[in-house]
Amino acid sequence: MSERLVSSTPAEPARRTLSELESLPLAPPAATGLREVVRRRYLLGMLVRNTIQSRYQGTVLGWLWSYLQPAIRFCMFYFLFQVMIGRGEGTIENFAIHLFAGMVMVHFFTETFNGGTQSLVQNRSLITKLPVPREMFPVARMLVAAWHTIPMIIILLVPCIALGWRPDLVGMAAALLGFSLAAALGLALGLVFSVGNVFMRDVSKIAQTLTQFVTFSVPMMYPFTLVDTRFGGDVANYYLANPMAEAVLLIQRGFWIGTTADPEATAAVHMPDHLFTRGLIMLAVSLVLLVLAQRVFARLEAKVPERL
Amino acid sequence: MTTMIQVENATKAFTLSYQRSLKQTVLAKARGRKTHDTFNAVDDVTFSVHEGEAVGLMGLNGSGKSTLLKLISGVMRPDSGSVLTRGRIAGLIATGTGFDNNLSGRENLYLNAAILGMSRAETDRKFDEIVDFADLGKFLDTDVAYYSSGMKARLGFSVAVNVDADIFIADEALAVGDRPFKRKCKKRMDQIVASGVTMFYVSHAPGSVRNLCNRVLVMENGRLGFDGDVEEGIHYLHYDDNGDDSGDDDELGTDI
Repeated sequence: MSERLVSSTPAEPARRTLSELESLPLAPPAATGLREVVRRRYLLGMLVRNTIQSRYQGTVLGWLWSYLQPAIRFCMFYFLFQVMIGRGEGTIENFAIHLFAGMVMVHFFTETFNGGTQSLVQNRSLITKLPVPREMFPVARMLVAAWHTIPMIIILLVPCIALGWRPDLVGMAAALLGFSLAAALGLALGLVFSVGNVFMRDVSKIAQTLTQFVTFSVPMMYPFTLVDTRFGGDVANYYLANPMAEAVLLIQRGFWIGTTADPEATAAVHMPDHLFTRGLIMLAVSLVLLVLAQRVFARLEAKVPERL
Repeated sequence: MTTMIQVENATKAFTLSYQRSLKQTVLAKARGRKTHDTFNAVDDVTFSVHEGEAVGLMGLNGSGKSTLLKLISGVMRPDSGSVLTRGRIAGLIATGTGFDNNLSGRENLYLNAAILGMSRAETDRKFDEIVDFADLGKFLDTDVAYYSSGMKARLGFSVAVNVDADIFIADEALAVGDRPFKRKCKKRMDQIVASGVTMFYVSHAPGSVRNLCNRVLVMENGRLGFDGDVEEGIHYLHYDDNGDDSGDDDELGTDI
C-alpha cells in the first residue's frame, strides 16, 4: 500500500483531515521489495500461519504429523543402515545421525527453494486482485520451511542426547551458520525461480530436478572423507564449492560430531579444513546471490499479475 | 485542492502468446508466423483526481477500464509513465475478490484487511461491523471454497467498505449481489462519497454513475476518450440513446 505508516501504527484515525492528507506523499500505490516485506511483518506472519495451517487441514492428528514423519524416518534410517546393513561400522560412528542431520538441512533448503518456486503461482488469486509486495510469498515459504525444521531438530536431539551429545558454543554456531547460508541461498533461488515459474511452468520442474541433485551432492549418505579419498583433494575442493555441502557439514559439526566417542578425532578426520571460513565465504556468496536475485525479481515481477 | 490520484502518460502493454510449447514456437517461427503480439491495454493515459471527487470510469468491454483500475490500486505497475496516489486505497477490483479458498471466511477477512494495510487491532475493532455488513451468519467459519459467488462478493465488499480509506475503488464486483445487498451497498457508497472520500467507480450503468459521480472518464481502446461532465460522458458513449428495449437498463447488470 502507498501509506507508509499504516500497518505499523496500531491505532488508525477514522478519517483523515485534509491537512493530514496533504502531508502524505504522492507515491506509487504499492511499495515493493524485501524491505517492504520486513516492514509489513503482520501480513507476513499471517501468510506464514495460513500456509502452515493449510498443510494439516482436514487431518485428525494435525501438527503431530510434523513430529511423526521425521521420527519414523529416523527410525527407518537407524534400522536399515546401522542395524541391518551395518553402514559406517568402524568408519562413521552413528551413521543414522550423520545422515539425518544432513537431511534436516537439505529438507529446509529444498522446502525453501521448491516452496518459493511454487509460491507465486499458488497465490494467484491474491496477487491478481490485491496489491501485495510479491516478494512476500517466497519469504513466507522460507519461514514456513524454518517452522517445519523445528520438529525435525527436536527429533534429532533425542538420539543425540541419548548418545551423550551436549550443546557446545562452537557446534551451535556451526549449525546456525549452516542454516543462515541455506536460508539465504534457498530464498535467492526461490525468488528467481518463482518469477520464472510464472512465465514458464517448466521452471518448477527444473527446480525439482535440481533438488534431487542437492540430495546426492552433499555429504550425508556418504562421509566427506569418501570424496577426498576416492577422487583426491582437487575434486574435493570443487565439491566444496557447492554451498549446500558446507551447510550440511556445518550441521553435522553441530550435532553429529558431539555424539561420537572422540569428537575431536572425528572432526579432524571427517571435516574439511577451515570449515568456518568456508562457511562464512559461502554465506557471503549466498547473500550476494540474494541481492542479485532480488534485482532480477524486481525487474520481472511487474509482469507477474498479467501472466498468472 | 489536493491531488489524490495522478496518472501521467501511463501505458501498460500486454503480450499475447499464440504458442505455448517449444515445438509450437519453433514450428511457427519456421513457417514465418507470429509467435506473440503485444497491445496496449492502457495507452498513454493522463489525468488527475482531486480530493473528494467521485469519478465514474466508463467504456465498452475490453477498453482498458479494469487495467487502469489495477494500475491505480497497485496490483499492476505501468510499463511507462507514472501512477501516483496519496493515502490508503481500498476497494474491489473485478469480480471475485482476492481470497484464499483454503481459508475460512474469518481468516480471509483478516488476510484481506492486512493486505489493505489494516493492523490486527484495527481489524479487531471493525470486525463486528464487517461481519454484520456481510451477513454471512454461520458460514463465517466455513472455507471460502464452499461459498457461493454472491457470498464471496459480500465478504469482499464488506471488508473494502469498512476500511478507512482515502481513495475508494469500486469495480463491477457487485453484479452477483442480490437486490437487498445491492441496496445496502449503494447506501454505503453514498455515505462514502458524502464523507469526502475520493471515489473511483467503474460501471456500465448510467443510472448509478449519475447518482454517485460528479465526473466521468471514458476509456476507448486503451486511450482516454473523454474526461469531463457526467451527462456529456454518458452521451459520448451513446449510453443515453433510448432504444426500444432499454427501458430499465439503468438498473440492470452491474448497477449498485
